[in-house]
Amino acid sequence: MSEALEELSAHVALKRPEAVVSAAVAWGELTVEVQPAHLLAFLEFLKTDARCRFGQLIDITALDHPERERRFDVVYHLLSMQQNQRIRVKIAVAEDEFAPSAIPVHPSANWYERETFDMFGILFSGHPDLRRLLTDYGFRGHPLRKDFPTTGYTEVRYDEAQKRVVYEPVKLVQEFRQFDFMSPWEGAQYILPGDEKKA
Amino acid sequence: MMDGKFDDTLTGEQKIRNFNINFGPQHPAAHGVLRLVLELDGEVVERCDPHIGLLHRGTEKLMESRTYLQNLPYLDRLDYVCPMNQEHAWCMAIERLTGTVVPRRASLIRVLYSEIGRILNHLLNVTTGAMDVGALTPPLWGFVPREELMAFYERACGARLHSAYFRPGGVHQDLPPKLIDDIEKWCETFPKVLDDIDGLITENRVFKQRLVDIAIISAQDVENWGFTGVMARGSGLAWDLRRSQPYECYDEFDFQVPVGKNGDCYDRYLIRMAEMRESCKIMQQAIAKLREPAAQTDVMARGKLSPPKRAEMKTSMEALIHHFKLYTEGFHVPAGEVYAAVEAPKGEFGVYLVADGSNKPYRVKLRAPGFAHLQAMDYLGKNHLLADVTAIIATMDIVFGEVDR
Repeated sequence: MSEALEELSAHVALKRPEAVVSAAVAWGELTVEVQPAHLLAFLEFLKTDARCRFGQLIDITALDHPERERRFDVVYHLLSMQQNQRIRVKIAVAEDEFAPSAIPVHPSANWYERETFDMFGILFSGHPDLRRLLTDYGFRGHPLRKDFPTTGYTEVRYDEAQKRVVYEPVKLVQEFRQFDFMSPWEGAQYILPGDEKKA
Repeated sequence: MMDGKFDDTLTGEQKIRNFNINFGPQHPAAHGVLRLVLELDGEVVERCDPHIGLLHRGTEKLMESRTYLQNLPYLDRLDYVCPMNQEHAWCMAIERLTGTVVPRRASLIRVLYSEIGRILNHLLNVTTGAMDVGALTPPLWGFVPREELMAFYERACGARLHSAYFRPGGVHQDLPPKLIDDIEKWCETFPKVLDDIDGLITENRVFKQRLVDIAIISAQDVENWGFTGVMARGSGLAWDLRRSQPYECYDEFDFQVPVGKNGDCYDRYLIRMAEMRESCKIMQQAIAKLREPAAQTDVMARGKLSPPKRAEMKTSMEALIHHFKLYTEGFHVPAGEVYAAVEAPKGEFGVYLVADGSNKPYRVKLRAPGFAHLQAMDYLGKNHLLADVTAIIATMDIVFGEVDR
């Protein structure tokens, strides 16, 4: 399995040297990082090349690394039913950059890109209908970004007086608690009560 | 050149705008909270815009702030029709990253309960799908065996639906021998129920009129729209992850992969019926294997991923500490990324897990088959009648828990 992936990785890097930034096999899966500008051509190549034939787009998602200069990784999972292989393609995108839409190559990219836009705020250039998908109508913010609080900003309830659902800022009776169970010896980021003097 | 516009001869009555209707979110045939905005020309669907997300619970966000073990029950709440199949993908992702080998008995129990999940799902889908096109009896018949299967769920893990039974490293508890006997007995009686449902609707004239040649999917559509599972097999592609990328111990089992010919709704119905019979056979084989001496092993890989035995905790300090740390801090998963997919009853259910070496996942993406299927609704529903929309939704097998996550 792993040799076949190594072979595929070499094949892809050889055929499309301008697009491939890096390719690695880890945990029995091939991950190829490509230049965003070459993404569409690369996906097209993966779809049509006889050795690859990755005709099915399984998933598009993103990763948020706020500390990085190019903050987002857009991740594409592709499947080849003919070759019985999978591949993962990644592009790095900054917050103010566009990612190319994969719809011309894979029509199924439509909703995945809408979801990624909704959750991360990544804009896809050339997408015909980049609306929010999963969040509420009129929702603000992009929930899966690391700087978006898990509790959110607004809450809804049914107002008996107004006879409709109203939006209000989140009021928490108790602060959202995030326990850190790391032991102080393993690099906990806080100072234990009573240890202030030592620090 | 003709004078004026060509269509100015239309009378006022003929100038009719297309009619927009909302299908759902409260519609019994929408299989949950689906809002379809349909643009109709008479009764013909011109455009179909599904609005989803009414059941969005932010599972992926919540999972980022919980430990790996705490996250497991969230997977039950995705596709609540077959909860254990989802847990399976989650456990496999963790096991791949940690390099855990699942003991034989646990592996067989997982296969057994995955197939129970498949029957649970198909029974619900086939019977309520029949109800959507006008047959009221099948759900009444189909829900009896469904309840019996849920009783098996309950006897294994204590819960009918939200089981949290598959755990990283195995399954939570061993099955009592009586339960295995009862499942075996059930497998003998179940084909009779299938025969009954078969006799009731398979050759039924009304049922066939509603399903045959509706929403035909070609092999190319399967590629373009990312269809998996029954949606792909209905179009003649013998693609089943249990067969093509065997996980767990599916490679030891003898089963057929039913494949359709025409790719229409009726074929997908037939495949689900055939798959239930195959699942029943797999269950019987799994039970036979569970009784073999080779299968009399532990049901958990006893290591850092699983709790120590209760008796051990009473005597060993280390076991007690381990238990405490496992359920507070949780186990750490080495940094890396994996995509683990299982053949869930609805199609390929995948977990894309990015671990950063801590006790919580950095990012989890849940790849739900229903999401890909529903997005093709506009493509499939176009130029069909309004009444066909319910039939298409029914055979696409949509459950909103997994579509909206």
